[in-house]
Amino acid sequence: MSANIRFKSPVLVLAAVVFAIGCKDRGGDGGGDGRHSKNHGPRGGDGEILVGEYGSMTGSTATFGVETHNGIQIAVDETNEAGGVKGRKLRLISLDDQGKSDEAVTTVTRLIDLDHVVAVLGEVASSRSKVGARVCQRKRVPMVTPSSTNPEVTKVGDYIFRVCFIDPFQGLVMAKFARTNLGLTKVAILRDVRNDYSVGLADAFKEAFGRLGGTVVSDLSYNEGDTDFSAQLTTIKTAGPQAIFVPGYYTEVGNIAVQSKRLGLDVPLLGGDGWDSPQLVEIGGEALNGSYFSNHYSAERATPTAQRFIDEYRRRYHETPSGLAALGYDAAKILFDAMGRATTIDGPTIRDALASTRGFDGVTGNITIDAGRNAVKPAVVLKIEGGKYEYVATIEP
Amino acid sequence: MSVFFQQLLNGLSLGSIYALIALGYTMVYGVLKLINFAHSDVFMVGAFVGLYVAAAFGASGAGAAPLSVPAAVAVLCAAMAACALLGMSIERFAYRPVRTAPKLTPLITAIGMSLLLENLGQLVFGAEPERFPQILREVPYHLGGVVVTNIKIAIFATTLVLMWGLHRFVTRTWTGKAMRALSLNLDAARLMGIQTDRVIAITFGVGSALAAAGGILFGLDQTTVTPLMGILNGLKAFVAAVLGGIGNIPGAVVGGLAIGVSEQLVAGYVSTDYRDAITFGILIVMLLVRPQGLLGAIRSEKV
Repeated sequence: MSANIRFKSPVLVLAAVVFAIGCKDRGGDGGGDGRHSKNHGPRGGDGEILVGEYGSMTGSTATFGVETHNGIQIAVDETNEAGGVKGRKLRLISLDDQGKSDEAVTTVTRLIDLDHVVAVLGEVASSRSKVGARVCQRKRVPMVTPSSTNPEVTKVGDYIFRVCFIDPFQGLVMAKFARTNLGLTKVAILRDVRNDYSVGLADAFKEAFGRLGGTVVSDLSYNEGDTDFSAQLTTIKTAGPQAIFVPGYYTEVGNIAVQSKRLGLDVPLLGGDGWDSPQLVEIGGEALNGSYFSNHYSAERATPTAQRFIDEYRRRYHETPSGLAALGYDAAKILFDAMGRATTIDGPTIRDALASTRGFDGVTGNITIDAGRNAVKPAVVLKIEGGKYEYVATIEP
Repeated sequence: MSVFFQQLLNGLSLGSIYALIALGYTMVYGVLKLINFAHSDVFMVGAFVGLYVAAAFGASGAGAAPLSVPAAVAVLCAAMAACALLGMSIERFAYRPVRTAPKLTPLITAIGMSLLLENLGQLVFGAEPERFPQILREVPYHLGGVVVTNIKIAIFATTLVLMWGLHRFVTRTWTGKAMRALSLNLDAARLMGIQTDRVIAITFGVGSALAAAGGILFGLDQTTVTPLMGILNGLKAFVAAVLGGIGNIPGAVVGGLAIGVSEQLVAGYVSTDYRDAITFGILIVMLLVRPQGLLGAIRSEKV
């Protein structure tokens, strides 16, 4: 037995050395998905500025990561075509975190320590942004999240920014819309109790809707992954609401729509940007007709800046960009704008430039970064009709 | 009161699906004393086979036109046949080689088989949830304050027909008799000239076909199917089998209906947060108080 170990250990040491060399070698090229250039060397080519991105390119929220990446890539290419930042070209290094929080920590650490990026873009999911943000804050590298709406994310530290609105605002928007635009007085809530995002929206909605003179007649919950909602919907039906606020993700929302119609509960559903996926109408179909949700932008109400982005996105990917793609683009553009204004390209100066962003003309509206490093901007409300989204209203902060 | 009946009705329909899955667990346990963990994934495969066969008939996605009743029955039969084959192959290639090994080996093999099917499912069907097509046109009937759809009626009808068929099969046919003989004593059955391998294969085939039917009914009732849907539903069906007395066929039915109704009432009157906790709480209490299950008889272990 002991002879065996003695025999094996030199082999193990050798293996470890080979592995370490292998890792070091791969460090320079950014690894991962092969989308970036093949240029080796940790600092990039001649005066290139390296920008990192982490996102869920695979896994159960793969559409989130891929669409965001598409938006960011357009921003990088556009900026490079226009001469780059301070005459230097940008190079994007994208890593896949597979939609896992522990992988998010690894990828961000790698972007900063091995690839030496000057700033980081990502993630969509608040839980993964939060852990990535801790790494960026510790290493004093600015991070801009395109679409994490949980308030806690930017509270991690002064190097963390976002270009989207936050959860309480979305809840407020839908409460205002339900009470003022639709004139509703009785609304039920069905929240995903294990999801911070959903709970945040539901609490904000409940508070605001009550303040505006409405009544929340029933407040029930479900768990992500549930497929049977008939018990909650039966209870909600007896409360006689005029609409149900369901601030969850698209899979369950589609299901809830179908099952509520089946129980004869024929009222519109209201929700937030977690609905924004082509899967929503694929699952919910006709049952979603007449439902409303808040989102970051509407392709129908495009400013010239937004129209240019939408045209380019359609040319490249043959589909209309989602809100997530638009936010990816805006996050990258705001970062590059700040880099252009910063006197030098390093963490603290870029951070200061980001913090002083005012009235930036983005695809998702006019963006100003406030003292809490959150974006102040309006939200749009979209209506679902026949599988399409129709613009209904813009709600100002 | 109408709310209570609505919840009860929904619970019974959910319970019917649990019962169909539970039958497969209980039959295999009865014959081999093996908990076939891969059974819950056969249920998932059944739902997906149904989804693809329905698509071949021209019904896919949310906006699909419903199929005719014979076509819907054909979808059900195709899924049941495919899963019967799958169940028999699992038995032939994964369990038979380790049948004489210590008890832990087949159990670990079953867990491995389950993981294999789940991951293959994600690879082949994709990890995203898919909308199960409406193979029946939905017609709601209002009875007092209770809404009954023809889909619920179809669920009850299919379950009843299948259970009646199973009952006849087990009590009236030669193979059914052989199956019961095996569950009493496998070696004695073999000495009596029963081809035990064949009977075991048939047991797996029948159990898997019932799970496939459960998968189709689940898809019809709950709208979406995913490659991981077997995990939680399979566990609950397993609890149902234990509750009724594992190895006991009527017990599986009673257990399934009881779990379905209890879940629905807890979710409707207490909170969804406690629904799964109470289901698994029932399992623990049952194992402590009456390990043989509601309908199980105490059988002395041979040493």
